[in-house]
This record gives sequence, structure tokens and C-alpha cells, in this order.
Amino acid sequence: MVDYSKIRRNVVGIEHDRVTNVSSTDFPGYYPGEDHSWNLDKFKENFRSHISYLTDLSCSFDLIGVDSSIANAFRRIMIAEVPTLAVEYVYIENNTSIIQDEVLAHRLGLIPLKANPDYLRWFKKDDPDFEPTDYDTVVLHLSAKCTTNSNAPPGSTDPKVLYNGANVYASVIQFEPQGRQSEWFPDGIAPANPDVLIAKLRPGQEIDLTMHCILGIGQDHAKFSPVATASYRLLPTIEIIGPPLTGELAQKFKSCFPKGVVGINSKGEAYVKDARKDTVSREVLRHPEFEGRVKLGRLRDHFIFNVESTGAMTPDEIFIKSVQLLKKKCQILRKFDLRT
Amino acid sequence: MPSAANENEAAGSSDVPQAKEEVVDEEMAGGEFEFDGEIDPNKIQILPGASEDGTAASFRILKEDHTMGNALRYMIMKNPDVEFCGYSIPHPSEAAVNLRIQTYGDITAIQALEKGLDDLMDLCDHIESEFRKEVEAGDYSTVEP
Repeated sequence: MVDYSKIRRNVVGIEHDRVTNVSSTDFPGYYPGEDHSWNLDKFKENFRSHISYLTDLSCSFDLIGVDSSIANAFRRIMIAEVPTLAVEYVYIENNTSIIQDEVLAHRLGLIPLKANPDYLRWFKKDDPDFEPTDYDTVVLHLSAKCTTNSNAPPGSTDPKVLYNGANVYASVIQFEPQGRQSEWFPDGIAPANPDVLIAKLRPGQEIDLTMHCILGIGQDHAKFSPVATASYRLLPTIEIIGPPLTGELAQKFKSCFPKGVVGINSKGEAYVKDARKDTVSREVLRHPEFEGRVKLGRLRDHFIFNVESTGAMTPDEIFIKSVQLLKKKCQILRKFDLRT
Repeated sequence: MPSAANENEAAGSSDVPQAKEEVVDEEMAGGEFEFDGEIDPNKIQILPGASEDGTAASFRILKEDHTMGNALRYMIMKNPDVEFCGYSIPHPSEAAVNLRIQTYGDITAIQALEKGLDDLMDLCDHIESEFRKEVEAGDYSTVEP
């Protein structure tokens, strides 16, 4: 049982038609006699992080004891400022497919590539004299051709049976290492997902093109964003007020929440089993019998992050990079001497 | 960055980890829109109209947005010597943040800004190390529920 009375000021109240106690108040001078000045040791004491699950492509973790301005900075950086590699220049040697060159180039740009961006440098797009080198440009090649399958059984209508190479998938893309790139990328550079459909061909059509991939950030173009989603929510709180809810009332109370949020103990009393699973639908607030019997809220300093990677990096790497980037931004500003 | 390339060749080493380290130090960690660590000399300026004793000033930070603006505002407001701190993005099509700092008079606005930046860096260091510990501990599920 969580005692909410002690952390009330950290609970954002949720009522049927409004939210209350929304802003952070942990600033010096807000509460008389309390010290809320920045204290690293105190922060270290309060801060906790916990990972719920972590796979190659998705991750959920908690950051507890940080302000929303900090958590939001990490979220924003993950989406818009963590650099990744993507196709930027497409040199089309031949394209007789029905997909126009510019549409094809756009589709190629959006394919997530699995490559460690740490090994690459920025391609200086705004410098007209800049020459691409193995340090900043990755060359990929795509060539696909469709032919008739002479062995197709008569009467078949499936293009996959009738033709060879009717569908062009991302797995066809070939990495062409330049300079020392074969040392830096011993596993090569390939699309994170080999099954991305790039184009469909018919016999006689072919695509032959070279792609130059460069580093970029999501702010410039979404294709450079390493995440499919990066979001957070605040941990929900549910507080039952007054005498225990029992019998039919308890059953009804339970049914107001998603499965697993409210349980009923051996005495038939409803209790909050796992508030984390709550979607905060506020269904319970619609019923007059629960008026004044329940308080919904969210913990202001408990962030549940959900990060889904596009495949370029693992989600934990993306988060760590976002933290490093925020620090780097500070370092850059710190270098300036404003006192003159 | 030819200089880095030369360094690496001078060291007579061509193994991958070293190439990685060199790049990480110099730019990846950058992730900044400034390329190759070439930082705009006007990245941060003091706007005209600062008080004479320097206890109140506005800053203009180029190529930053709510990410830095709000995080920095929070850290600066945590300083008990600061009376007011706020930020705004004056125009949506100008990539710049204006940051206003007023202190009670014991420190200058510049000192408050510097402390805010230092504190924010400390915070990042701690969050990074805690998160890394958590990843290494492996106390989590490796399948999506």
C-alpha cells in the first residue's frame, strides 16, 4: 500500500473533467523553510532507473526522480538529434520500373540502415567544395532485374511464380566498402530489415542505382531518426478513500479498470494491485457510487519511457546517446566566455 | 577531418577500435548540427539591455529549442540565488532560444547560467552511469510483453 499523503505534492490529480496540481514546485523559495536548491547528492539519492524489458528493437524503462523538463529533453533528443545513417544521394543509372526516379529515391531514403554511426563523420552538405570520403559516405548499390519464369506452371497467376525477381526487397542492397570501411564495418552495412519492399517489377524492367548514405539527424529529415517511437507516460496512482469497497461494489470497481489493476482480496475487499497497468481511462469517475471514494493521479517524477528503435541501434544505445548529447550541448555552451 | 586521419596513421595503427575511439571523441558525440566541432562563434550572445551590474540579462542561443531551453530553465531555477528564469522561442522559423535570467544580486546572470550548465552536465553523467549499470545488471526481460 502506497502512502500518498507523503508524496501528495508529487501527484498530478486527475478528476473527471480536469487535471490538478500540474506544475513542478520543487524550486527554492516555493515552500518556506524547505531547501529545494540543486544538490547533486540529493539527486543521486532520489534518482532511480529501472528497465522493464529490453530487446533489439524495443525497450521500456523507468526514470524516477527527474523533472519533466529533463525527461522531455531526452525524449526530444532521441527523436530529433541522435544521428544515424540514411541514404541521401541516389545516382540512378537505369530505372525502367513504373516507380518514378524521385519516388524511388525517397523510398530508398526511408529504409533504416544498420550501421554504427560512431565510425562516421559529418558530411558537409553546405560546403560546395566538399568531396565525399570513406570517413563520411557509405556507398550502397542496388541492381534488380525481372525476367519471365519459363518454368512457371501453365495457368498460374501469381507474379512471384510467373516472374523471377518481381519484388525488389531491401535485402538486394549491396554494401560497397570504400577505403578502410571494410575494417570499420566488418559486418558490412545493410538495411535493418531485409524485407522492406522497394519496388515491383515486370519482365524486362530493371533498376540499377548507386546510393550515397550520410549521417544526419531527425531534425533535418525523419529518415535520420533512430526511433520509431520514443515516448513517456507518468506512473498512474489509484487511491481508495474511506472504508474498503466490498461485495458487488468491489466487483464493479474492479471492472472500471483494465485487467490486473484492481484485485479483490480474501475478505472481498477491492485493493489496488498494479496501478502501472492502468490506462487512466477515468471510467471509475463516471459512476456516482464511487464519488469521493477514489482518487486518481499520476506521479509527477516517475517517467515510464517506451522506446522503439528503427533498427539502426539498440534502444538502450539510443537513450544513452541522448543523455550524452544533452551533456555535449551544455559543454558547447560552457566553452563560451561571456564575461568579456 | 584530415588531422584525425593523420594522427591515426602516425600511430601506425589501423585496428577498428582505435578508429572508433578517435571518431567518438571528435565528433559523433557531437551530434550537433555544427559539423566537425566547428562551433558557431555566435552560438550564445548576451542580448542588449542587460542590467549594468550583470545580475539580470537575456541570452540568445542559436540552433537550440525547447530541448535545451526548458532543461536549462529548470536547472537555473533550482539555484536559490536566481529570482527569475524563463525562456522563449521568439519566432518559430528562427532556430533560436532566448533565455532570461534575473538574480537576487549575489551572483551575476552569467554565473547562474554557468552553474546551470554545470549542474545539467552532472545530472547527465549520473543518469548515464545509472542507466548503464542497469543495462549491465541485466535485471530485465528480454522479450516484449
